[in-house]
Amino acid sequence: MNVSQNEFRGAIFDGGRARPEGLSDAKGQPAGRRFDVYRNNVAVSLTEALATGFPTIAKLIGSENFNAIAGVFLRQSPPSSPMMMHYGEDFPDFLAGFEPLAHLGYLADVARLEMAMRRSYHAADAEAVNPEALAAHPPERLTELVMTFAPSVKLLRSPWPIHAIWAFNMQDGPKPEAGGQDVIILRPEYDPVPHALAPGAYEFITALTAGGTLGAAAAVATDEVAEFDLSATLGLLLTGNALISIDLPS
Amino acid sequence: MFDAQQTPRKLPNRPGVGYKPQHYADLIQDPGTVGWLEIHAENYMGDGGRPIAQLRQLSERFPISVHGVGLSIGGEGALDADHLARLKHLVDWLNPTVFSEHLAWSTHDGAFLNDLLPLPYTDATLQRVCDHINQLQDTINRQMMLENPSSYLAFDESTWSEPDFLREVAKRTGCGLLLDVNNVFVSATNLDYDPRAYIADYPLDMVGEIHLGGHDEDEDDHGKPLLIDSHGAPIVDPVWALLDHTLSLSGPKPILIEWDTDVPGWPILHDEALRADAALAKLTTGVAA
Repeated sequence: MNVSQNEFRGAIFDGGRARPEGLSDAKGQPAGRRFDVYRNNVAVSLTEALATGFPTIAKLIGSENFNAIAGVFLRQSPPSSPMMMHYGEDFPDFLAGFEPLAHLGYLADVARLEMAMRRSYHAADAEAVNPEALAAHPPERLTELVMTFAPSVKLLRSPWPIHAIWAFNMQDGPKPEAGGQDVIILRPEYDPVPHALAPGAYEFITALTAGGTLGAAAAVATDEVAEFDLSATLGLLLTGNALISIDLPS
Repeated sequence: MFDAQQTPRKLPNRPGVGYKPQHYADLIQDPGTVGWLEIHAENYMGDGGRPIAQLRQLSERFPISVHGVGLSIGGEGALDADHLARLKHLVDWLNPTVFSEHLAWSTHDGAFLNDLLPLPYTDATLQRVCDHINQLQDTINRQMMLENPSSYLAFDESTWSEPDFLREVAKRTGCGLLLDVNNVFVSATNLDYDPRAYIADYPLDMVGEIHLGGHDEDEDDHGKPLLIDSHGAPIVDPVWALLDHTLSLSGPKPILIEWDTDVPGWPILHDEALRADAALAKLTTGVAA
């Protein structure tokens, strides 16, 4: 009796399915729970990978619930490549559609924040401009400047207080208050740090990343909120090593 | 095209450890008896950040062995072309001393199962494994070493013994072999054979590296011992004894301590490396094992 890898894989993911025939112990008796070593290895290693990648989610719902949900997810969405650092890209969408968790509406966006932090951690290195780089340009031409962001910079917007939820669970931050939050993840050196953005900053940064000039981006932000704080936002980007070029268009 | 006549580079005949980021500072400060490091290829395939930066630093200090855990050399389907390209990229920039992978499969129909799954030892498997190893060696333009697995069960369809199968793969492809002594002990216990007979059959002259690690103990349906390769515990005395026996036949080899789960602090890991060092020292001083 030959055992195909298709059959082997099917029986690994479906504990209710019979173990493949043709697998034995030393005496030629059916392998029985020897096969379950593989079932267990696969489920445990993928569950641990998800728990490592989404520690805030695990803390929010408790490890027992997390493991049960991971068990459903890993069977539905096993890794599509051996790059385990990417495993869980579709976990936030899965959480969003997972009926038993529908009452925890913020979970998917918190998971998106954690996935974005992981992407930031592994993003390409790029040399940031000196914080004084802005002042090197003639003041009368500041509005014409265009900027390039480091690959490790990630931007998120949520109708939930995702930064506060993350900080409350992972950094002993204060109890989250209701309301949406915009978040930017910066990686000054090797450790990604999420920052909650002030009103207007999300629109400002979005306009800059799309290639808009500093003047145009500031105008978009001020349209959004009159009190947009340009210098504080630029300060955050410069001290967080978010910018890798500041240029006058040629 | 991979040139089998080219002399492959060799790791030093000293203890090495599987690299874990939590040991970075200890290794940079004082690696003690540790003479080389092994990394899992797939953990260093990101675009940048700390993992790549640390690996660059370490590669200036230590010979590096790149150990792939995800190529699925025994897979029924074609090798993942994207993954082959990632391996080539890593090997090209890092220029490690050696590269190794497993006699196992892990990907089927686009799903990666993150475990080393077993193969039947048949002529069809032999042909497939050789084709895949040839493809890999041609891609990275160097020799690889193939590692013997831990077995929990046997395939009724197998027609080759594992040592004969590995010898034939090495003969046909020009690859080297990696001998995991703990895996031999685990498989021999689980499948009820003499681990020394396995070592006697193993082509030790083709071995470029030895692995040692810890395992867990369980039982099968009939109450018989079922050892599980976990890399999460100290190496047990019978495995150290099997290492001594192996070295007495093979002569000195590079010996890796693998500890991948429940990773201990540096002093405990280093103690295991010291024990491997003592096993090597016994050979040169002629003290009987």
